Amino acid sequence: MFAFVLRRGMQSVVVLFVMSLIVFSMINLVGDPVDMLVNPESLPDEIERVRRDFGLDQPVYVQYWKFLTGALSGDLGNSFVFGRPALTLMAERFPATLELAICALIIAVTIGLPLGVYAGLRPDGLGARFIMGLSVLGISIPTFWLGLMMIIVFSVILGWLPVSGRGETAVFLGIESSMFTLDGLKHLAMPATNLALFKIAMVMRLARAGTNEVMAQDFIRFARAKGLSSRRIVRAHLMPNILIPIVTVVGIEFGTLIAFATVTESIFAWPGLGKLVIDAIVNLDRPIVVAYLLFVVALFLVLNLVVDIIYAVLDPRVRLQGDEE
Amino acid sequence: MTKSILNPRGFLSALAVGFAFSTSPLMAADLTVALAAEPTSMDPHYQNLTINNSMATQVYDALVLQDVNQKLIPGLAVSWTPVDDRTWEFKLRPGVKFHNGAAFAAEDVVATMKRAANVPNSPSSFGTFIKGKTFEVVDDLTLRVSTKKPYPFTPNDMSRIAIIDSAFVDATTEDFNTGKASFGTGPFTFSKWLPGDVLKLTRNEAYWGKAMEWDSVTVRPIGDGTTRSAALIAGDVDFIERVAPSDLPNLEKRSGVTIFKSVSNRLLYLTLHMTDEPIKPYVTGHDGKPIVSPFRDIRVRQAVSLAIHRQAIADRVMDGLSAPAGQFSPKGYIGYSANLTPDGYDPKRAKELLAEAGYKDGFKLTIHGPAGRYSNDTRILEAIAQMLSRIGIETSVETMPASVFFKRFSRGGPNKTPEFTVAMSGYANGSGEPSHPLRIFIHTKQKARGYGPGNRNGYSNAKVDKLIEDGRASMDIAVGEKAFIQATDIAMREYALVPIHHEIATWAARDGITYEHGALDTTFIHNFRAKK
Repeated sequence: MFAFVLRRGMQSVVVLFVMSLIVFSMINLVGDPVDMLVNPESLPDEIERVRRDFGLDQPVYVQYWKFLTGALSGDLGNSFVFGRPALTLMAERFPATLELAICALIIAVTIGLPLGVYAGLRPDGLGARFIMGLSVLGISIPTFWLGLMMIIVFSVILGWLPVSGRGETAVFLGIESSMFTLDGLKHLAMPATNLALFKIAMVMRLARAGTNEVMAQDFIRFARAKGLSSRRIVRAHLMPNILIPIVTVVGIEFGTLIAFATVTESIFAWPGLGKLVIDAIVNLDRPIVVAYLLFVVALFLVLNLVVDIIYAVLDPRVRLQGDEE
Repeated sequence: MTKSILNPRGFLSALAVGFAFSTSPLMAADLTVALAAEPTSMDPHYQNLTINNSMATQVYDALVLQDVNQKLIPGLAVSWTPVDDRTWEFKLRPGVKFHNGAAFAAEDVVATMKRAANVPNSPSSFGTFIKGKTFEVVDDLTLRVSTKKPYPFTPNDMSRIAIIDSAFVDATTEDFNTGKASFGTGPFTFSKWLPGDVLKLTRNEAYWGKAMEWDSVTVRPIGDGTTRSAALIAGDVDFIERVAPSDLPNLEKRSGVTIFKSVSNRLLYLTLHMTDEPIKPYVTGHDGKPIVSPFRDIRVRQAVSLAIHRQAIADRVMDGLSAPAGQFSPKGYIGYSANLTPDGYDPKRAKELLAEAGYKDGFKLTIHGPAGRYSNDTRILEAIAQMLSRIGIETSVETMPASVFFKRFSRGGPNKTPEFTVAMSGYANGSGEPSHPLRIFIHTKQKARGYGPGNRNGYSNAKVDKLIEDGRASMDIAVGEKAFIQATDIAMREYALVPIHHEIATWAARDGITYEHGALDTTFIHNFRAKK
């Protein structure tokens, strides 16, 4: 296990390095941040001043070298727009995105899993067909449209939930989150559900497919023959077996929830990472874009690793590469 | 979620809509405002950016303030007069206190200028308004500002700089963001700022001007237009800016909501390349070979202007939210010339003009513009391309993100010259100084003197240049204004630019709130009033 983690760690460093090279050189091909930053009414020498101060007058390889040496000491550069370290800005926005992603994931699993298993157990039933129909809707309806519809129904017409924003936060176990206040939860409900919808549908379909497959296997028949109750079969024999693919997918999907919650965050004005990054792309705030993309790469590398480890724990037949050594 | 109860009706609708989920007690007078953008910093000297300046105005005052049409009005200075050709004297307002209790005096202005020109990491500094000026304290309440050459716009420049307490001359941008140093003299005090989430302001009880009518104001950034409208209807917020055009008819019909509209100073224009060199690939004969720009000929430029059906763009593309334009300024705004009217739609005359200029069969053209920068920008360009094609100029459109567009627009061509032959861009005078658009776009390009940095099409008229320069050298504002209007008249009749329209700015509020609005599309909280 240790050798496995070590090897993966080393591979990750190489991936991050290559990624930084690609991202940095690509983003330097697009536009000129000075045009987006300096107010057009400024005197011409102001443009030169900003270019100099931000190091944009240097050749790209010099800028990259500076970035690389900075990155090795944990400094991914200062945001052009905010004048503050890119990592600090991301760290400030991260909790909001994380709580949104966690809530969305919880919603996706608690709703998607039971419905999917149910549909898998009675594949021909009316309920199963209805559930699978819903899952098609969930996968095909665009997030932004659904978000707006939710706002219209739950905020404008019914007046139950606030339209946007994060609401009050509270500190619990040293973590500040809006999950710990009623107001915060109310603000969370719609964006989290909106973000979760696609995932609910996906978990549902995975669970159903898994259930279908496993229920047809010999050991289930044997368990039935042994006279075990269906509840026990589902809990002890079905679940562990269908969970393996679900854990893999959900782990990676958790990454996409964090990395690509942009649309939902924009619609609900959620003060998370997505909004920061969209603004950074529009304004050519290069340090933030680079830092964010590297963060996303790192996130997926870590999640992949964690998923592989959990996989091995869940399924004793799986041995991680490197174990033999 | 808090609800305000300014009047019984507002209270009832608040009850009906969201009472069940109000967790905090109803506060007597808290106003919640949703804006489309948020400041990049609460340091008033960090970046010269519209939204930053608008927020700074709430917490800080400048020596000179601007009204909704950018006319100069007294601020921390009660009067300003030229004492000679190079010097302005400002009489400061007595008895003004900063939010921390410190008294305001001329020393604070000098300290402010020192800081504002030199904020580290500033992406767009205020140095433009400060450099080249000498500040001299005569006494506590008298300040002299001198320039090397006669300069009538010192008061305009002073209206751009938020005055801080001299105790914070060395404070960092972070200190202003967190509230450690954010003590101004403005109508509101700074309470709290959570970037991306909320900005809280509290009424300054000791304000020297008319006291604000709300105890506190909560400002929230909601970037999505539909979400903003929904937040207003649901009662989450009391006031929104930039109503999404698609929501406007709906909101206008709704009871309990008031809409405010005004023709803004944001102009969309076409610039037409009008020199022999360089020959660009974007204008060609029908055989596809590049030709010398036909727009050197004023008749071709006029043909373009007459071919554009501005009213149709306003009605069909802009959902009624634009006003056809014939010059930089909308009516009622500084620099407006009563002698100019927007060109009408006259394709027949446009065709005749093309023929007279020797382009009877037209030519091929590619027009460029940013996508997503201005309201409906791509659709406007497509409409214009169709209109030009109708008079024989076979036009295609190429749009790109603003970040790419502006680089190519200003220096994408050979030797860092402007790349495009015909491009659409926008302009809004943020300075409140009438010669600004003339100096930037109309005057012959003379980089070293700061003239014509936005003159990308090579327009040059010695008479116009002289009018602009003379006007800018006269300490008598009235003389200057006359010269600027004359210069505007000539330049617009020569199609130095082809104005398309002024955007119409929109705001919407819950009944009970009125908004004093003018040609600025920015939102100023101190212009909110309670309807009695």
